[in-house]
Amino acid sequence: MSRSRTVRILAPILFGLAVLALWQGLVVALHILPFVLPGPIAIGTQFGLRAPFVLTSALVTAGNALAGLLIGTVLAAVFAALTASVRVLDELSAPLVTAASVIPIVSLAPALYTMFGADVQTARVLIAALAAFIPVYFNTLRGLRTVQPIHRDLMRSYAASRWQATRAVTVPGALPYFFTGVRVASSLAVISSLIAEDFGGPINGLGTSITSAVSSSNYPLAWAFVLGAIITGLVFYCVTVGLETAATWHRASA
Amino acid sequence: MSESSAELAVSVAEVGKVFPARKGGGVSALEAVSVDIAAGEFVSLIGPSGCGKSTLMRLVADLDSPSSGTITVFGKSARQARRDQDYGIAFQQAGLLPWRTVRENIELPLQLHGVGKAARRARASELIELVGLGDFGDRHPDQLSGGMQQRVAIARSLAESPRLLLMDEPFGALDEMTRERMQTELARLRAETGAAVVFVTHSIPEAVYLSDRVVVMSPRPGRIVQVLDMKLGGAEDRTDALREDAHFFERVSAVREALHGDPASAARARGAETR
Ligand SMILES: Nc1ncnc2c1ncn2[C@@H]1O[C@H](COP(=O)(O)OP(=O)(O)O)[C@@H](O)[C@H]1O
Ligand SMILES: [Mg+2]
Repeated sequence: MSRSRTVRILAPILFGLAVLALWQGLVVALHILPFVLPGPIAIGTQFGLRAPFVLTSALVTAGNALAGLLIGTVLAAVFAALTASVRVLDELSAPLVTAASVIPIVSLAPALYTMFGADVQTARVLIAALAAFIPVYFNTLRGLRTVQPIHRDLMRSYAASRWQATRAVTVPGALPYFFTGVRVASSLAVISSLIAEDFGGPINGLGTSITSAVSSSNYPLAWAFVLGAIITGLVFYCVTVGLETAATWHRASA
Repeated sequence: MSESSAELAVSVAEVGKVFPARKGGGVSALEAVSVDIAAGEFVSLIGPSGCGKSTLMRLVADLDSPSSGTITVFGKSARQARRDQDYGIAFQQAGLLPWRTVRENIELPLQLHGVGKAARRARASELIELVGLGDFGDRHPDQLSGGMQQRVAIARSLAESPRLLLMDEPFGALDEMTRERMQTELARLRAETGAAVVFVTHSIPEAVYLSDRVVVMSPRPGRIVQVLDMKLGGAEDRTDALREDAHFFERVSAVREALHGDPASAARARGAETR
């Protein structure tokens, strides 16, 4: 048991190290130029040397993503609850939300920068919020609509009010769906706030830093920022997967 | 009629149920079903799959309404009886809320009806003991076997000490061993609570073992073929020894014959319907 667990954790680490070693070997042996692909040692060195810079950039991007994720999630949950409970609202909004879900949200960035000003983060937060809204909304709505028939019967047999049934059955049943939505939304929020930086706005954040490192030909530094972006994305993913796992605890059978 | 209906737990009079079908007419699930169940009486509904047993039980529970005829529960309309919480109900699926512990599941109806925290806890503890789940109060349903989940569902149906229990194949998903044990326990619970029980099953021995009367139904449209008196004694006589009793076997044969129409076809079908 503990041996297989060790293997499960060690194997990918060893594999990753092997890939890094191969990468470094190829870069050195084939004399690959840094603008094509710097070696992992060069990237790691830059990452170490410029760690505070990478961190402040990551915090800007992560801050925008987090703010957007929170705003988008809250709005989506409220809106999904309204849609699930008010039929007219559902009929009115369904086509709109479906249409909105196919908009590549980042493409709104230039317009939003003009609307809110290029010296504030508002546009980036909004883009992250819009990107986060869609998966949370659709998942939550689905969750709110999947009440097991037997639970519905039970609530009726208890002569439970609509509000009681919502609290006792509908909302707890929808939570796993909601958190799945949040997990998907978290990645989208990070990606879109990062990409949005490339359309303008304040000169900070990981996206901006990657672009400016590339334009000043500091390729290892650019890759150090990419590494920062990967870590940021992983943190968001791990936290939301944790929430999702907690929400689906004990849900195996009924 | 109105005088005697006070002692009746359930009165079903000329009830029919037609489900709308996609193409025209509709499916007639029940036709002219009449049966009275006295307070404290244990009545099983038995019949082939699709004969309308669940439908009839759902009508009594006011989970659905009849297309014709009337149903009264303790002298009131089924709707009023449901509003007054006059019955407890259990289905083939346990239908527990997976995010609640055993205790919280049993407390659910009490909580919905405004019973205070302390009283709820006390009642849940009592019921957990009653169904033999002493150590499992704080477990979640996914940590229990099917039989244990079904016990929780039964405890939940008993939470408000209803005078009427509606049970739709509550042991249908259990293995034979567990099933017999649960039957013995249900007989004991019923003796302790004195509740009337409407029990849906497709197992002949189960129906005979538990019931005062067995209502035999025919397939589509569901009708009552025969109502058989079991005359196997009161609730306290439903012990394991009863399963070996000659009178028990005689009643099993009687129900089987009613189900299959005549003794000859009953003999042919014996293998398939001994559960
Ligand atoms: N909600 C429903 N809509 C349409 N037809 C139904 C519905 N419920 C039951 N029926 C039909 O009514 C008949 C009786 O069903 P049911 O009461 O579940 O039978 P049983 O419990 O005896 O197996 C079946 O033919 C079934 O297909
Ligand atoms: Mg059924």
